[in-house]
Amino acid sequence: MAVTALPVIHIRDLRKTYVVSERETGARAALKSLVHRRMQEVPAVAGISFDIAAGEIVGFLGPNGAGKTTTLKMLSGLLHPSGGEVAVLCHIPWKREKAFLRKITLVMGQRNQLVWDIPAADSFELNRAIYRIPSDVYRRSLDDLTGLLDLEPLLRKPVRNLSLGERMKCEIAAALLHRPQVVFLDEPTIGLDVSMQRRIRSFIADYNRRYGATVLLTSHYMADVEALCRRVIVIHHGRLLFDGELSGLVQRFTRHKTIVIQLQDCSVDLHAYGEIIECVDGRATLRVPKAETARVTERLLADLPLIDLTVEDPPIEEIIEQVFAQEVL
Amino acid sequence: MKGLGAIYLQQFSTTLASQLQYRAVLFIWLIGQVLEPLIYLVVWSAVSRSTGGNVGGFSAGEFSAYFILLMLINHSTFTWIMWEQEYRIRLGTFSFALLKPVHPIHSDIADNVSYKLITFPVMLLVALALSLAFHPEFHFAPWAVMAFFPALGLAFLVRFLLEWTLAMTAFWTTRVSAINQVYFVLLLFFSGQIAPLSLLPGPIQAVASILPFRWMISFPAELFLGRLTPSQALAGLAAQVAWLAGCLILMKIIWRAGLRVYSAVGA
Repeated sequence: MAVTALPVIHIRDLRKTYVVSERETGARAALKSLVHRRMQEVPAVAGISFDIAAGEIVGFLGPNGAGKTTTLKMLSGLLHPSGGEVAVLCHIPWKREKAFLRKITLVMGQRNQLVWDIPAADSFELNRAIYRIPSDVYRRSLDDLTGLLDLEPLLRKPVRNLSLGERMKCEIAAALLHRPQVVFLDEPTIGLDVSMQRRIRSFIADYNRRYGATVLLTSHYMADVEALCRRVIVIHHGRLLFDGELSGLVQRFTRHKTIVIQLQDCSVDLHAYGEIIECVDGRATLRVPKAETARVTERLLADLPLIDLTVEDPPIEEIIEQVFAQEVL
Repeated sequence: MKGLGAIYLQQFSTTLASQLQYRAVLFIWLIGQVLEPLIYLVVWSAVSRSTGGNVGGFSAGEFSAYFILLMLINHSTFTWIMWEQEYRIRLGTFSFALLKPVHPIHSDIADNVSYKLITFPVMLLVALALSLAFHPEFHFAPWAVMAFFPALGLAFLVRFLLEWTLAMTAFWTTRVSAINQVYFVLLLFFSGQIAPLSLLPGPIQAVASILPFRWMISFPAELFLGRLTPSQALAGLAAQVAWLAGCLILMKIIWRAGLRVYSAVGA
Protein backbone atom coordinates (compact mmCIF):
# COMPACT_ATOMS: atom_id res chain seq x y z
CA MET A 1 0.00 0.00 0.00
CA ALA A 2 1.37 3.38 -0.92
CA VAL A 3 1.62 5.73 2.00
CA THR A 4 1.56 9.41 1.21
CA ALA A 5 3.59 10.97 3.97
CA LEU A 6 2.62 14.45 5.08
CA PRO A 7 5.33 16.98 4.34
CA VAL A 8 7.43 17.89 7.36
CA ILE A 9 7.51 21.52 6.29
CA HIS A 10 4.56 23.00 4.49
CA ILE A 11 4.18 26.61 3.46
CA ARG A 12 1.65 28.15 1.13
CA ASP A 13 1.67 31.73 -0.05
CA LEU A 14 3.66 32.68 3.04
CA ARG A 15 4.05 36.40 3.56
CA LYS A 16 5.81 38.69 5.97
CA THR A 17 5.58 42.43 5.78
CA TYR A 18 7.56 44.60 8.15
CA VAL A 19 6.21 48.01 9.07
CA VAL A 20 9.09 50.42 9.53
CA SER A 21 9.13 54.13 10.18
CA GLU A 22 10.86 56.12 7.53
CA ARG A 23 12.10 59.66 7.53
CA GLU A 24 14.29 61.82 5.46
CA THR A 25 17.72 62.82 6.67
CA GLY A 26 18.35 66.11 8.43
CA ALA A 27 17.33 67.84 11.63
CA ARG A 28 14.06 69.19 10.29
CA ALA A 29 12.88 65.79 9.25
CA ALA A 30 13.94 64.46 12.65
CA LEU A 31 11.80 67.07 14.41
CA LYS A 32 8.90 66.39 12.10
CA SER A 33 9.11 62.69 12.80
CA LEU A 34 8.67 63.40 16.53
CA VAL A 35 5.13 64.53 15.80
CA HIS A 36 4.23 62.42 12.86
CA ARG A 37 5.92 59.25 11.81
CA ARG A 38 5.49 58.01 8.31
CA MET A 39 5.24 54.28 8.30
CA GLN A 40 6.22 52.19 5.37
CA GLU A 41 5.44 48.59 4.63
CA VAL A 42 8.37 46.52 3.52
CA PRO A 43 7.49 43.08 2.17
CA ALA A 44 10.27 40.71 3.23
CA VAL A 45 8.54 37.54 2.11
CA ALA A 46 5.96 38.09 -0.60
CA GLY A 47 4.09 34.85 -1.01
CA ILE A 48 6.24 31.77 -1.24
CA SER A 49 5.12 28.14 -1.25
CA PHE A 50 6.95 24.86 -0.90
CA ASP A 51 6.79 21.50 0.84
CA ILE A 52 9.72 19.60 2.27
CA ALA A 53 9.49 15.88 2.98
CA ALA A 54 11.01 14.01 5.93
CA GLY A 55 14.72 13.43 5.61
CA GLU A 56 15.40 15.96 2.86
CA ILE A 57 18.34 18.35 2.98
CA VAL A 58 17.33 21.47 1.13
CA GLY A 59 19.52 24.43 0.31
CA PHE A 60 17.75 27.75 0.75
CA LEU A 61 19.45 30.34 -1.40
CA GLY A 62 19.10 34.00 -2.12
CA PRO A 63 21.12 37.20 -1.90
CA ASN A 64 21.26 39.23 1.31
CA GLY A 65 17.83 40.59 2.14
CA ALA A 66 16.02 38.04 -0.03
CA GLY A 67 13.90 36.88 2.92
CA LYS A 68 15.73 33.68 3.87
CA THR A 69 16.24 34.45 7.54
CA THR A 70 12.72 35.87 7.82
CA THR A 71 11.37 32.60 6.42
CA LEU A 72 13.49 30.51 8.80
CA LYS A 73 12.24 32.61 11.71
CA MET A 74 8.65 32.05 10.64
CA LEU A 75 9.31 28.32 10.37
CA SER A 76 10.86 28.16 13.83
CA GLY A 77 8.13 30.23 15.46
CA LEU A 78 10.07 33.42 16.18
CA LEU A 79 8.07 35.46 13.71
CA HIS A 80 4.37 35.67 13.13
CA PRO A 81 3.56 35.52 9.40
CA SER A 82 1.58 38.39 7.89
CA GLY A 83 -0.30 35.93 5.71
CA GLY A 84 -0.39 32.47 4.23
CA GLU A 85 -0.07 29.03 5.75
CA VAL A 86 2.84 27.53 7.60
CA ALA A 87 3.08 24.15 9.31
CA VAL A 88 6.12 22.31 10.61
CA LEU A 89 5.59 18.72 11.82
CA CYS A 90 1.88 19.55 11.79
CA HIS A 91 2.40 22.35 14.33
CA ILE A 92 1.76 26.01 13.73
CA PRO A 93 5.20 27.38 14.60
CA TRP A 94 4.26 30.79 16.04
CA LYS A 95 2.13 29.13 18.70
CA ARG A 96 5.47 27.93 20.10
CA GLU A 97 3.98 24.81 21.68
CA LYS A 98 6.48 22.98 23.87
CA ALA A 99 5.97 19.76 21.91
CA PHE A 100 6.94 21.65 18.76
CA LEU A 101 9.97 23.41 20.24
CA ARG A 102 11.33 20.08 21.48
CA LYS A 103 11.37 18.74 17.92
CA ILE A 104 13.13 21.55 16.11
CA THR A 105 16.29 23.59 16.31
CA LEU A 106 17.59 26.77 14.74
CA VAL A 107 21.30 27.43 14.43
CA MET A 108 22.26 30.97 13.55
CA GLY A 109 25.86 31.21 12.46
CA GLN A 110 26.18 34.79 13.59
CA ARG A 111 24.66 34.46 17.04
CA ASN A 112 25.41 32.25 19.93
CA GLN A 113 23.38 30.55 22.60
CA LEU A 114 26.20 29.09 24.67
CA VAL A 115 26.96 30.77 27.97
CA TRP A 116 30.11 32.75 27.32
CA ASP A 117 32.01 32.31 30.56
CA ILE A 118 31.63 28.62 31.28
CA PRO A 119 32.64 25.45 29.45
CA ALA A 120 30.30 24.27 26.71
CA ALA A 121 29.70 21.07 28.68
CA ASP A 122 27.83 23.11 31.31
CA SER A 123 25.62 24.72 28.66
CA PHE A 124 24.93 21.24 27.33
CA GLU A 125 23.79 20.14 30.78
CA LEU A 126 21.44 23.09 30.92
CA ASN A 127 19.93 22.07 27.59
CA ARG A 128 19.56 18.52 28.87
CA ALA A 129 17.38 19.84 31.70
CA ILE A 130 15.47 22.29 29.52
CA TYR A 131 14.66 19.72 26.83
CA ARG A 132 14.12 17.00 29.44
CA ILE A 133 16.42 14.62 27.63
CA PRO A 134 16.49 11.23 29.40
CA SER A 135 20.00 10.56 30.70
CA ASP A 136 20.69 7.51 28.50
CA VAL A 137 19.62 9.41 25.37
CA TYR A 138 21.69 12.40 26.48
CA ARG A 139 24.75 10.25 27.06
CA ARG A 140 24.46 8.69 23.60
CA SER A 141 23.71 12.01 21.88
CA LEU A 142 26.67 13.64 23.54
CA ASP A 143 28.97 10.72 22.67
CA ASP A 144 27.82 10.81 19.04
CA LEU A 145 28.24 14.55 18.75
CA THR A 146 31.58 14.50 20.53
CA GLY A 147 32.81 11.86 18.09
CA LEU A 148 31.40 13.40 14.94
CA LEU A 149 32.52 16.94 15.72
CA ASP A 150 35.70 16.04 17.62
CA LEU A 151 34.59 18.00 20.67
CA GLU A 152 36.55 16.13 23.33
CA PRO A 153 39.33 18.72 23.74
CA LEU A 154 36.85 21.62 23.70
CA LEU A 155 34.19 20.64 26.20
CA ARG A 156 36.03 21.75 29.34
CA LYS A 157 37.26 25.12 28.09
CA PRO A 158 35.26 28.29 28.75
CA VAL A 159 33.43 29.17 25.55
CA ARG A 160 35.10 32.58 25.34
CA ASN A 161 38.47 30.86 24.95
CA LEU A 162 37.38 28.87 21.89
CA SER A 163 38.15 29.89 18.33
CA LEU A 164 35.27 30.82 16.03
CA GLY A 165 35.27 27.39 14.41
CA GLU A 166 35.48 25.54 17.72
CA ARG A 167 32.66 27.62 19.10
CA MET A 168 30.52 26.90 16.05
CA LYS A 169 31.02 23.17 16.53
CA CYS A 170 29.89 23.51 20.15
CA GLU A 171 26.93 25.69 19.11
CA ILE A 172 25.82 23.04 16.65
CA ALA A 173 26.22 20.29 19.24
CA ALA A 174 24.20 22.27 21.80
CA ALA A 175 21.46 22.77 19.23
CA LEU A 176 21.28 19.07 18.36
CA LEU A 177 21.53 17.37 21.78
CA HIS A 178 17.78 16.90 21.89
CA ARG A 179 17.90 15.22 18.47
CA PRO A 180 15.52 17.53 16.67
CA GLN A 181 13.68 16.09 13.70
CA VAL A 182 13.81 19.41 11.91
CA VAL A 183 16.99 21.43 11.73
CA PHE A 184 17.11 25.00 10.47
CA LEU A 185 20.63 26.18 9.75
CA ASP A 186 21.20 29.84 8.97
CA GLU A 187 24.71 30.30 7.62
CA PRO A 188 26.27 27.60 9.80
CA THR A 189 29.68 27.91 8.16
CA ILE A 190 29.96 31.69 8.00
CA GLY A 191 33.42 32.97 8.78
CA LEU A 192 34.94 29.50 9.09
CA ASP A 193 38.03 28.33 7.26
CA VAL A 194 37.73 25.83 4.44
CA SER A 195 38.62 22.73 6.44
CA MET A 196 36.23 23.64 9.24
CA GLN A 197 33.51 24.27 6.67
CA ARG A 198 34.14 20.81 5.24
CA ARG A 199 33.97 19.33 8.72
CA ILE A 200 30.64 20.95 9.52
CA ARG A 201 29.31 19.93 6.13
CA SER A 202 30.14 16.26 6.55
CA PHE A 203 28.69 16.41 10.03
CA ILE A 204 25.36 17.75 8.74
CA ALA A 205 25.24 14.95 6.18
CA ASP A 206 25.97 12.39 8.92
CA TYR A 207 23.32 13.77 11.23
CA ASN A 208 20.77 13.69 8.45
CA ARG A 209 21.64 10.08 7.57
CA ARG A 210 21.76 8.84 11.11
CA TYR A 211 18.53 10.33 12.40
CA GLY A 212 16.58 10.91 9.20
CA ALA A 213 16.31 14.57 10.16
CA THR A 214 14.97 17.17 7.77
CA VAL A 215 17.41 20.00 7.16
CA LEU A 216 16.80 23.43 5.66
CA LEU A 217 20.06 25.27 5.20
CA THR A 218 21.01 28.74 4.04
CA SER A 219 24.55 29.43 3.04
CA HIS A 220 26.55 31.83 0.99
CA TYR A 221 29.09 29.15 0.29
CA MET A 222 28.02 27.19 -2.77
CA ALA A 223 30.35 24.40 -1.72
CA ASP A 224 28.02 23.75 1.24
CA VAL A 225 25.05 23.51 -1.07
CA GLU A 226 26.78 21.37 -3.69
CA ALA A 227 28.02 18.94 -1.07
CA LEU A 228 24.79 18.60 0.87
CA CYS A 229 21.71 19.48 -1.09
CA ARG A 230 20.13 17.70 -4.00
CA ARG A 231 17.30 20.15 -3.90
CA VAL A 232 17.59 23.91 -3.73
CA ILE A 233 15.03 26.62 -3.24
CA VAL A 234 16.02 30.04 -4.50
CA ILE A 235 14.25 33.18 -3.38
CA HIS A 236 14.83 36.76 -4.36
CA HIS A 237 12.96 39.89 -3.24
CA GLY A 238 10.78 37.63 -1.12
CA ARG A 239 9.59 35.55 -4.06
CA LEU A 240 10.35 32.04 -5.17
CA LEU A 241 12.66 31.94 -8.18
CA PHE A 242 13.41 28.26 -8.35
CA ASP A 243 12.59 25.04 -6.53
CA GLY A 244 14.12 21.83 -7.78
CA GLU A 245 17.27 19.78 -8.17
CA LEU A 246 20.56 21.60 -8.12
CA SER A 247 21.35 20.22 -11.58
CA GLY A 248 18.04 21.64 -12.81
CA LEU A 249 19.07 25.06 -11.52
CA VAL A 250 22.22 24.82 -13.57
CA GLN A 251 20.23 23.74 -16.65
CA ARG A 252 17.68 26.45 -16.28
CA PHE A 253 19.78 29.42 -15.46
CA THR A 254 22.89 28.89 -17.49
CA ARG A 255 22.68 30.81 -20.66
CA HIS A 256 26.32 30.14 -21.37
CA LYS A 257 28.76 27.32 -21.49
CA THR A 258 32.46 27.51 -20.99
CA ILE A 259 34.69 26.05 -23.68
CA VAL A 260 38.30 25.48 -22.71
CA ILE A 261 40.75 24.84 -25.53
CA GLN A 262 44.45 24.14 -25.53
CA LEU A 263 46.47 25.78 -28.32
CA GLN A 264 50.19 26.15 -28.95
CA ASP A 265 50.08 29.73 -27.68
CA CYS A 266 47.73 32.68 -27.35
CA SER A 267 48.59 34.35 -30.66
CA VAL A 268 45.40 33.23 -32.45
CA ASP A 269 42.54 35.75 -32.49
CA LEU A 270 39.57 33.98 -30.87
CA HIS A 271 37.11 36.87 -30.83
CA ALA A 272 35.07 35.38 -33.63
CA TYR A 273 34.20 32.31 -31.52
CA GLY A 274 32.97 33.82 -28.30
CA GLU A 275 33.82 35.97 -25.31
CA ILE A 276 37.38 35.34 -24.20
CA ILE A 277 37.58 34.96 -20.46
CA GLU A 278 41.31 34.37 -20.38
CA CYS A 279 44.18 32.85 -22.29
CA VAL A 280 47.24 31.63 -20.42
CA ASP A 281 50.05 29.64 -22.04
CA GLY A 282 47.80 28.73 -24.92
CA ARG A 283 44.99 27.58 -22.67
CA ALA A 284 41.98 29.71 -23.61
CA THR A 285 38.65 29.91 -21.85
CA LEU A 286 35.71 31.06 -23.95
CA ARG A 287 32.17 31.84 -22.92
CA VAL A 288 29.56 31.07 -25.54
CA PRO A 289 25.77 31.15 -25.52
CA LYS A 290 24.39 27.73 -24.64
CA ALA A 291 22.57 27.35 -27.95
CA GLU A 292 25.71 28.10 -29.89
CA THR A 293 27.89 25.58 -28.07
CA ALA A 294 27.72 22.80 -30.64
CA ARG A 295 28.29 25.09 -33.59
CA VAL A 296 31.20 26.93 -32.00
CA THR A 297 32.80 23.65 -30.97
CA GLU A 298 32.54 22.37 -34.50
CA ARG A 299 34.10 25.53 -35.91
CA LEU A 300 36.90 25.52 -33.38
CA LEU A 301 37.74 21.92 -34.22
CA ALA A 302 37.64 22.69 -37.95
CA ASP A 303 39.52 26.00 -37.86
CA LEU A 304 42.24 25.60 -35.27
CA PRO A 305 45.01 23.16 -34.47
CA LEU A 306 43.63 22.18 -31.06
CA ILE A 307 45.47 19.96 -28.62
CA ASP A 308 42.45 19.64 -26.36
CA LEU A 309 38.86 20.90 -25.99
CA THR A 310 36.40 20.62 -23.13
CA VAL A 311 32.90 22.05 -22.65
CA GLU A 312 31.84 22.88 -19.12
CA ASP A 313 29.02 24.48 -17.22
CA PRO A 314 30.10 27.67 -15.55
CA PRO A 315 30.88 27.32 -11.82
CA ILE A 316 27.81 27.25 -9.60
CA GLU A 317 28.78 30.56 -7.95
CA GLU A 318 28.57 32.21 -11.32
CA ILE A 319 25.14 30.74 -12.00
CA ILE A 320 23.84 31.87 -8.66
CA GLU A 321 25.26 35.30 -9.29
CA GLN A 322 23.35 35.41 -12.56
CA VAL A 323 20.16 34.24 -10.90
CA PHE A 324 20.43 36.95 -8.27
CA ALA A 325 21.23 39.55 -10.86
CA GLN A 326 17.98 39.06 -12.73
CA GLU A 327 14.62 40.21 -11.55
CA VAL A 328 11.74 37.80 -10.89
CA LEU A 329 11.35 35.57 -13.91
CA MET B 1 7.00 20.20 38.13
CA LYS B 2 9.80 17.65 38.41
CA GLY B 3 11.18 18.83 35.08
CA LEU B 4 11.03 22.45 36.19
CA GLY B 5 12.92 21.57 39.38
CA ALA B 6 15.69 19.99 37.32
CA ILE B 7 15.90 23.12 35.16
CA TYR B 8 16.22 25.30 38.26
CA LEU B 9 18.94 23.12 39.74
CA GLN B 10 20.88 23.10 36.49
CA GLN B 11 20.42 26.84 36.03
CA PHE B 12 21.71 27.41 39.57
CA SER B 13 24.91 25.56 38.92
CA THR B 14 25.36 27.20 35.51
CA THR B 15 24.87 30.68 36.93
CA LEU B 16 27.08 29.97 39.91
CA ALA B 17 29.87 28.78 37.63
CA SER B 18 29.38 31.73 35.33
CA GLN B 19 29.27 34.38 38.04
CA LEU B 20 32.18 33.00 39.98
CA GLN B 21 34.27 33.73 36.89
CA TYR B 22 33.88 37.39 37.69
CA ARG B 23 34.43 37.64 41.41
CA ALA B 24 35.83 41.17 41.17
CA VAL B 25 32.82 42.55 39.29
CA LEU B 26 30.53 40.75 41.68
CA PHE B 27 31.97 42.58 44.66
CA ILE B 28 32.21 45.94 42.95
CA TRP B 29 28.47 45.70 42.46
CA LEU B 30 28.10 44.97 46.15
CA ILE B 31 29.91 48.18 47.05
CA GLY B 32 27.10 50.12 45.38
CA GLN B 33 24.53 48.09 47.26
CA VAL B 34 26.22 48.98 50.54
CA LEU B 35 27.12 52.63 49.92
CA GLU B 36 23.63 53.92 49.26
CA PRO B 37 22.00 52.80 52.53
CA LEU B 38 25.20 53.74 54.34
CA ILE B 39 24.87 57.36 53.21
CA TYR B 40 21.25 57.59 54.39
CA LEU B 41 22.18 55.87 57.62
CA VAL B 42 24.92 58.39 58.36
CA VAL B 43 22.73 61.37 57.46
CA TRP B 44 19.73 60.27 59.51
CA SER B 45 21.77 59.25 62.55
CA ALA B 46 23.37 62.68 62.47
CA VAL B 47 19.98 64.37 62.18
CA SER B 48 18.66 62.28 65.04
CA ARG B 49 21.58 63.12 67.30
CA SER B 50 21.37 66.83 66.51
CA THR B 51 17.68 66.93 67.43
CA GLY B 52 18.13 65.39 70.85
CA GLY B 53 18.21 61.75 69.84
CA ASN B 54 14.80 61.35 68.28
CA VAL B 55 13.28 62.06 64.86
CA GLY B 56 9.73 60.93 64.26
CA GLY B 57 10.09 58.08 66.73
CA PHE B 58 13.52 56.98 65.48
CA SER B 59 16.59 57.18 67.69
CA ALA B 60 20.05 57.12 66.08
CA GLY B 61 20.32 53.40 66.92
CA GLU B 62 16.91 52.71 65.42
CA PHE B 63 17.89 54.49 62.23
CA SER B 64 20.97 52.25 62.10
CA ALA B 65 18.85 49.15 62.58
CA TYR B 66 16.39 50.30 59.89
CA PHE B 67 18.97 51.09 57.24
CA ILE B 68 21.14 48.03 57.87
CA LEU B 69 18.11 45.79 57.63
CA LEU B 70 16.85 47.67 54.57
CA MET B 71 20.21 47.09 52.92
CA LEU B 72 19.81 43.34 53.38
CA ILE B 73 16.21 43.35 52.16
CA ASN B 74 17.04 45.49 49.15
CA HIS B 75 19.85 43.14 48.31
CA SER B 76 17.57 40.11 48.61
CA THR B 77 14.89 41.52 46.36
CA PHE B 78 16.73 43.57 43.74
CA THR B 79 16.94 42.53 40.07
CA TRP B 80 18.97 43.68 37.10
CA ILE B 81 16.63 42.25 34.52
CA MET B 82 15.58 45.66 33.21
CA TRP B 83 19.06 46.31 31.83
CA GLU B 84 19.69 42.77 30.81
CA GLN B 85 16.52 42.42 28.78
CA GLU B 86 17.22 45.56 26.75
CA TYR B 87 20.64 44.15 25.95
CA ARG B 88 19.30 40.72 25.04
CA ILE B 89 16.69 42.12 22.70
CA ARG B 90 19.14 44.48 21.06
CA LEU B 91 21.64 41.69 20.46
CA GLY B 92 18.97 39.25 19.37
CA THR B 93 20.01 36.61 21.90
CA PHE B 94 16.50 36.65 23.31
CA SER B 95 15.44 34.62 20.28
CA PHE B 96 17.30 31.65 21.71
CA ALA B 97 15.28 31.89 24.91
CA LEU B 98 12.11 31.83 22.83
CA LEU B 99 13.20 28.70 21.00
CA LYS B 100 13.45 26.77 24.25
CA PRO B 101 10.48 24.74 25.47
CA VAL B 102 10.34 26.57 28.80
CA HIS B 103 9.20 30.05 29.83
CA PRO B 104 12.23 32.37 29.97
CA ILE B 105 11.22 33.79 33.36
CA HIS B 106 12.39 30.58 35.02
CA SER B 107 16.00 30.97 34.01
CA ASP B 108 15.89 34.61 35.10
CA ILE B 109 14.57 33.70 38.54
CA ALA B 110 17.17 30.96 38.94
CA ASP B 111 19.85 33.36 37.77
CA ASN B 112 18.79 35.98 40.30
CA VAL B 113 18.53 33.58 43.22
CA SER B 114 21.91 32.04 42.56
CA TYR B 115 23.59 35.45 42.49
CA LYS B 116 22.00 36.14 45.85
CA LEU B 117 23.23 32.82 47.21
CA ILE B 118 26.79 33.77 46.38
CA THR B 119 26.65 37.33 47.61
CA PHE B 120 24.37 37.14 50.64
CA PRO B 121 27.03 35.84 53.05
CA VAL B 122 29.20 38.81 52.10
CA MET B 123 26.30 41.19 52.71
CA LEU B 124 25.77 39.61 56.13
CA LEU B 125 29.41 40.27 57.01
CA VAL B 126 29.00 43.86 55.86
CA ALA B 127 25.86 44.17 57.99
CA LEU B 128 27.81 42.83 60.95
CA ALA B 129 30.61 45.35 60.41
CA LEU B 130 28.10 48.21 60.07
CA SER B 131 26.43 47.04 63.29
CA LEU B 132 29.74 47.28 65.13
CA ALA B 133 30.24 50.80 63.79
CA PHE B 134 26.73 52.21 64.17
CA HIS B 135 25.24 50.35 67.17
CA PRO B 136 21.77 49.51 65.87
CA GLU B 137 18.93 49.04 68.36
CA PHE B 138 16.59 46.17 67.58
CA HIS B 139 13.30 45.62 69.39
CA PHE B 140 12.13 42.13 68.48
CA ALA B 141 8.65 40.73 68.78
CA PRO B 142 8.75 36.97 68.08
CA TRP B 143 5.52 36.97 66.01
CA ALA B 144 6.83 39.86 63.91
CA VAL B 145 10.13 38.12 63.25
CA MET B 146 8.20 35.04 62.17
CA ALA B 147 5.97 37.08 59.87
CA PHE B 148 9.08 38.74 58.43
CA PHE B 149 10.10 35.71 56.37
CA PRO B 150 6.90 35.29 54.34
CA ALA B 151 6.86 39.09 53.93
CA LEU B 152 10.40 38.96 52.55
CA GLY B 153 9.49 36.13 50.18
CA LEU B 154 6.46 38.03 48.92
CA ALA B 155 8.53 41.20 48.59
CA PHE B 156 10.97 39.31 46.37
CA LEU B 157 8.22 37.86 44.20
CA VAL B 158 6.36 41.16 43.78
CA ARG B 159 9.54 43.04 42.91
CA PHE B 160 10.79 40.35 40.58
CA LEU B 161 7.53 40.09 38.68
CA LEU B 162 7.08 43.85 38.45
CA GLU B 163 10.61 44.51 37.24
CA TRP B 164 10.54 41.53 34.89
CA THR B 165 7.31 42.86 33.40
CA LEU B 166 8.76 46.37 33.06
CA ALA B 167 11.82 44.85 31.41
CA MET B 168 9.55 43.42 28.73
CA THR B 169 8.83 46.95 27.52
CA ALA B 170 12.09 46.37 25.64
CA PHE B 171 9.84 44.60 23.15
CA TRP B 172 8.43 48.00 22.18
CA THR B 173 11.42 50.25 22.59
CA THR B 174 15.08 49.40 22.74
CA ARG B 175 15.67 52.46 24.91
CA VAL B 176 14.30 51.17 28.17
CA SER B 177 16.83 53.17 30.18
CA ALA B 178 14.49 56.18 30.26
CA ILE B 179 11.72 54.07 31.80
CA ASN B 180 14.24 52.58 34.22
CA GLN B 181 15.25 56.07 35.40
CA VAL B 182 11.67 57.05 36.24
CA TYR B 183 11.07 53.72 37.91
CA PHE B 184 14.14 53.95 40.12
CA VAL B 185 13.35 57.47 41.32
CA LEU B 186 9.86 56.33 42.34
CA LEU B 187 11.30 53.21 43.93
CA LEU B 188 13.90 55.13 45.92
CA PHE B 189 11.36 57.52 47.34
CA PHE B 190 8.31 55.34 47.91
CA SER B 191 10.08 52.22 49.17
CA GLY B 192 11.49 53.92 52.25
CA GLN B 193 15.08 53.89 51.07
CA ILE B 194 15.67 57.63 51.46
CA ALA B 195 13.79 57.89 54.72
CA PRO B 196 11.49 55.59 56.71
CA LEU B 197 8.00 56.10 55.26
CA SER B 198 6.57 56.96 58.67
CA LEU B 199 8.61 60.19 58.59
CA LEU B 200 6.87 61.37 55.42
CA PRO B 201 3.72 63.55 55.38
CA GLY B 202 0.42 61.66 55.75
CA PRO B 203 -0.76 61.98 52.14
CA ILE B 204 2.56 60.67 50.83
CA GLN B 205 2.38 57.74 53.25
CA ALA B 206 -1.09 57.01 51.91
CA VAL B 207 0.20 57.04 48.33
CA ALA B 208 3.13 54.83 49.34
CA SER B 209 0.72 52.26 50.75
CA ILE B 210 -1.17 52.10 47.47
CA LEU B 211 1.91 51.88 45.26
CA PRO B 212 3.81 48.57 45.14
CA PHE B 213 7.22 49.91 46.24
CA ARG B 214 6.69 49.78 50.00
CA TRP B 215 5.65 46.15 49.72
CA MET B 216 8.86 45.30 47.87
CA ILE B 217 11.34 46.78 50.35
CA SER B 218 10.40 48.66 53.50
CA PHE B 219 7.42 46.64 54.72
CA PRO B 220 9.46 43.60 55.84
CA ALA B 221 11.84 45.97 57.66
CA GLU B 222 9.02 47.78 59.46
CA LEU B 223 7.67 44.39 60.45
CA PHE B 224 10.98 43.01 61.71
CA LEU B 225 11.72 46.13 63.76
CA GLY B 226 8.40 45.87 65.60
CA ARG B 227 6.99 49.09 64.16
CA LEU B 228 3.70 47.51 63.04
CA THR B 229 0.72 46.21 65.00
CA PRO B 230 -0.48 42.66 64.20
CA SER B 231 -3.40 44.05 62.22
CA GLN B 232 -1.10 46.37 60.22
CA ALA B 233 1.13 43.38 59.55
CA LEU B 234 -1.79 41.31 58.30
CA ALA B 235 -3.03 44.16 56.12
CA GLY B 236 0.50 44.48 54.76
CA LEU B 237 0.75 40.80 53.89
CA ALA B 238 -2.65 41.05 52.22
CA ALA B 239 -1.43 44.04 50.19
CA GLN B 240 1.60 42.02 49.13
CA VAL B 241 -0.57 39.11 48.02
CA ALA B 242 -2.85 41.51 46.13
CA TRP B 243 0.13 43.10 44.37
CA LEU B 244 1.52 39.67 43.58
CA ALA B 245 -1.75 38.70 41.91
CA GLY B 246 -1.87 42.04 40.11
CA CYS B 247 1.71 41.68 38.88
CA LEU B 248 1.06 38.15 37.66
CA ILE B 249 -1.89 39.30 35.59
CA LEU B 250 0.03 42.33 34.31
CA MET B 251 2.98 40.13 33.44
CA LYS B 252 0.83 37.74 31.44
CA ILE B 253 -0.79 40.57 29.51
CA ILE B 254 2.46 42.40 28.78
CA TRP B 255 4.26 39.16 27.91
CA ARG B 256 1.63 38.18 25.37
CA ALA B 257 1.38 41.63 23.83
CA GLY B 258 5.17 41.93 23.82
CA LEU B 259 5.60 38.61 22.08
CA ARG B 260 3.15 39.72 19.44
CA VAL B 261 5.20 42.84 18.81
CA TYR B 262 8.48 40.94 18.88
CA SER B 263 7.20 38.35 16.45
CA ALA B 264 5.87 41.09 14.19
CA VAL B 265 9.12 43.00 14.07
CA GLY B 266 11.74 40.36 14.60
CA ALA B 267 15.18 41.02 15.95
